[in-house]
Amino acid sequence: MKNPAQASMRPAHSLPVRIMHWVNVYALCCMLFGGWEIYNASPDLPFLFPQWATLGGWLGGALAWHLSAMWLLVINGAAYVLYGIFSGHFKRDLPPPSPKAFLRDMWAAVCLRLPHKTGHYNAVQRLLYGGVICILVIEVLTGLSIWKPVQFGGLVSLFGGFVLARNIHLAMMILIVGFIVVHLALVAIVPRTLVSMFKSVPSDPQEANDA
Amino acid sequence: MLEKRRKPVITPDDIRADLDRFSRRAFLRGSLSLGGLAMLTGCNLSTDSGVDAALKAILRFDDKIQAKLFDPARLAQTYPASAITEPFRFNAYYPDWQVRGVPDDWRLEVAGQVTDKKAWTLDALQSLPQESQITRHICIEGWSQVGQWRGVPLAVFLRKIGADTRAKYVKFTCFDDYTTSIDMASALHPQTILALEFVGKPLTPEWGAPVRLRIPTKLGFKSAKNLRAIEVTNSFAGGYWENQGYDWFAGV
Ligand code: HEM
Repeated sequence: MKNPAQASMRPAHSLPVRIMHWVNVYALCCMLFGGWEIYNASPDLPFLFPQWATLGGWLGGALAWHLSAMWLLVINGAAYVLYGIFSGHFKRDLPPPSPKAFLRDMWAAVCLRLPHKTGHYNAVQRLLYGGVICILVIEVLTGLSIWKPVQFGGLVSLFGGFVLARNIHLAMMILIVGFIVVHLALVAIVPRTLVSMFKSVPSDPQEANDA
Repeated sequence: MLEKRRKPVITPDDIRADLDRFSRRAFLRGSLSLGGLAMLTGCNLSTDSGVDAALKAILRFDDKIQAKLFDPARLAQTYPASAITEPFRFNAYYPDWQVRGVPDDWRLEVAGQVTDKKAWTLDALQSLPQESQITRHICIEGWSQVGQWRGVPLAVFLRKIGADTRAKYVKFTCFDDYTTSIDMASALHPQTILALEFVGKPLTPEWGAPVRLRIPTKLGFKSAKNLRAIEVTNSFAGGYWENQGYDWFAGV
């Protein structure tokens, strides 16, 4: 948005983005906590997730949650991606940052000098959000591969076979957890962003410095 | 793994563990956990039965989607002999020391909507056409391994006994008290076989002697071992794990 006056009229986050963000949080929690119980049935890494952090109580219950919440996650995620593309939200708010902009903002963040403008994402945020969206797409595709390795045989070979697809599914889960940790830390540093994810808050005006 | 922890031998501890694990309550909401609490709050579902019913309804919906995704002509990937997993992992709903030997008077019984209900001896089964496959056995727990099985295609057997292939289900009963059932479309799939051999040798009891189902288009728990009876039926038959909450279709 070039015109600051106009920019300040729109809310920091549109209503659809706010709704879909919180639906996604719920669906992803079901997937993660259920997924950890499924992982525990046949752990590939030398650790188990503690029982208190799991969902479903046993393998069958966890699978019921995982295979139920997947519909919510995928439908909500697809709606978000379509909205992001057709409303211009992705183009306006989430363009992939240039390496220069990313280094500049990352350095500013490390020095704790990165100002936060409500309704505008800095380059670090844009890389994080764009990254986690891509990771979630891979997570869904590897999930489909290990759910139906025979029926979706082509997809499975794209990921190098059933065993590798399952390992990628696990690795992406770890990256998603990593994102959540960083994401929550950033929200904790600038708590007023949390308010803007719930109710309509006007955007700060934006200078055009975000290449 | 899960199976190994549960034994049919009954001690008070076992009963308690089983009840805790498989009570309706466990299926619904699991133990009191962070995940469980968060999801229940998020759902705003206040009763166990509400969550339970919702999950079961979605599982039935999943079964329908799975049946639609199932392509009767699509084959499971096959592997070279060098890919066979060695040693192959034993798995059942009981530990390996409880494997049961084949009863002396064993016959494969046939029931339901079939014209010829005569029971089959192992010799008679061996005289039918045989197919061999090297396929991946995928467990619902997530692990998988490649094995070789040889036996009678179930479609050949069903035709031989004059089964009504328009019936909905084929049910399998085992002499180790295990049961399962599959849809007719999957039963007629060319890679669904009544296996008599495992990795080039006649089945031994731990691998399902004398006859087991081998169905590479479904999760491992559908490949029932130690068969005693096959029934062609229109009434939904469930199964040992299915009745506890595993999804019934279990296609891969
Ligand atoms: C309780 C957990 C969470 C909280 C409190 C939270 C909070 C927030 C807040 C406050 C923003 C706006 C940031 C700003 O205005 O600068 C945001 C944006 C975002 N969050 Fe979260 N979040 C949570 C979980 C998640 C999860 C699990 C994901 C996905 C893995 C996620 C993905 C995103 C994305 C992609 C955006 C950008 C949305 C857009 O503008 O299209 N968040 N989150």
